[in-house]
Amino acid sequence: MTKRSKEVIVIGGGIAGIQASLDLAEVGITVHLVEKLPSIGGRMAQLDKTFPTNDCSI
Amino acid sequence: MNELRIGVFVCKCGSNIAGFIDVPAVAEYAKGLPGVVFARHNLYSCSESGTQTIKDSIREHNLNRVVVAACTPRTHEPVFRAACEDEGLNQFLFEFVNIREHCSWVHMQERELATQKAKELVRMGVARVALLEPGEMTEVEVIPSALVIGGGISGITAATALGSMGLKVILAEREKELGGMLNDLYKLYPTGEDAREFLDKRIKTLKKFKNVEILTSSEIKDIEGYIGNYNVIIKEGKKEKDYKVGTIILATGALTYKPKKVSKGKSLFNYDGKNVITQIQLENRLIKGLKEKKVVMIQCAGSRVPERIYCSRICCMTAIKNGMLLKKANKDAEVTILYRDLQTYGTDYEDELREAKKAGVKFIRYSKEKPPSVDKKKKFVSVHHELLGRNIEIPFDLVVLSTPLIAHSDVKKLSQKLKVPVDEHGFFLEAHVKLRPLEFATDGVFICGCAHWPADITESISQALGATSKAAIPLLNLKVTVEPIISYVDEEKCTGCGICEENCPYAAITKDPETKKAKVTEVICKGCGICASNCPEQAIDIKHYKDEQFSAQLKAAFEEVKT
Repeated sequence: MTKRSKEVIVIGGGIAGIQASLDLAEVGITVHLVEKLPSIGGRMAQLDKTFPTNDCSI
Repeated sequence: MNELRIGVFVCKCGSNIAGFIDVPAVAEYAKGLPGVVFARHNLYSCSESGTQTIKDSIREHNLNRVVVAACTPRTHEPVFRAACEDEGLNQFLFEFVNIREHCSWVHMQERELATQKAKELVRMGVARVALLEPGEMTEVEVIPSALVIGGGISGITAATALGSMGLKVILAEREKELGGMLNDLYKLYPTGEDAREFLDKRIKTLKKFKNVEILTSSEIKDIEGYIGNYNVIIKEGKKEKDYKVGTIILATGALTYKPKKVSKGKSLFNYDGKNVITQIQLENRLIKGLKEKKVVMIQCAGSRVPERIYCSRICCMTAIKNGMLLKKANKDAEVTILYRDLQTYGTDYEDELREAKKAGVKFIRYSKEKPPSVDKKKKFVSVHHELLGRNIEIPFDLVVLSTPLIAHSDVKKLSQKLKVPVDEHGFFLEAHVKLRPLEFATDGVFICGCAHWPADITESISQALGATSKAAIPLLNLKVTVEPIISYVDEEKCTGCGICEENCPYAAITKDPETKKAKVTEVICKGCGICASNCPEQAIDIKHYKDEQFSAQLKAAFEEVKT
């Protein structure tokens, strides 16, 4: 598959950006995840428990 | 065996654990346990600094076993296993002790006892980790093709997306035509597009892909195998054919609930299919043009009630859209929507509601305790108006019931064939509602659209694309890795009685016709342990969950706490 040499930029490092990056990385694509804040995680990093499972958000 | 050097890391999980358990005391206690050479506590073990601490400690203290006492392995085991691997410690020499769900969260009022229980759980974990053995992941080859079951909008979207990646796809639809529920719709919200045109466009795109094989009037007769290597028998018309696929996407959709017609006695809101109809029947009439002027719609008809407690999600927008269409087609039309709650989430949907109100669609709220009643003789709907505090009567030519989407009645058959679960309403149940919404616990099978829960077209398409991305990963990698937590047979002890074969839910263990001994197909085995616990000769054990490992753990459970 020649397609795999391609690289992708994901803009935004919240839960959506992180998941997209992970799925792309899993097929061997090089991902550049760009986040404007000093750390990734977005809104989810600010939450404690999330419904409906009460998982620890971090 | 080398000298045991166990490291124990007790997590505070912010206040989730530390709020109810004396975490430093648990770590201090762990230091005195047999084999433990290092123990400490962390604020968040899973954070970058937390895992770095674990890694540094493995290196500095030359640890050869690691115990983390924290949250749940379901979400965090991979994180800590990876930390071990990074330091060259085999990931199967790691043990997870759950002191959050199993302790702090369930004993919030009893700090002292909870702390003692946490110590005991850690002691059990330490006893077990001492006996763990290293394991290696195995790689399995993957057949680079996918099966999509169901040819509605979800299935069409998934098959098109997989097709565009150049993968071989089999799309199996039970009906004569593709399209599913879209075949019965008139116009779509929030764009007002014509359903027929929308569907035709998508089918046309799908058919461009020569690598997508479309089977209609077809039925899944049998599925066996595992991720990467499924053998599927599909009956198309009268002929049966074998297909080999690597992954499977379930897109079997749902049905709209149609109340039973009752000749004597009462049906739901006096439903008769003529003057009292469902939204989907209204869509059909709208295609032909509707004569009736006074239309009353009743929301939550058959949903959010004891026998069907869920919200069907699509009905609010369907009613608002159809109300608007009636108003647009005929200015004199009188449309009243009787609702319990309105869910018009997002940006576009709330706009539609505003537009509908502007156009003169009336909205009246009713409560579950005082539902409307339909008088077909006098031709009015009577409802308790919450603001007026009295009953009002609304004349009608046509009553439309917004009935929920329900699961297909034969959903169990497919769920058994694929060994994936459904919930109490017959909707397929994902592996994790938040973290793995489009996957099943069974690897290689994915879910999208209304088979999962009621979803509108926008949501179905999003889910189909998500499921496609997930299903394509092993197909593009051409391999998957499988955990070595599986059963194995001691051939000397095995008498070939066959009890394990009978009880295996995955058909992973069979009696070898030549040796007359039980034999495990390693990729299929999930390590559930049913064979091991049923074996009368104790000839079967599960790697990573051996009897001796359990025994040590149990023995540790009943030791006195030395504080």
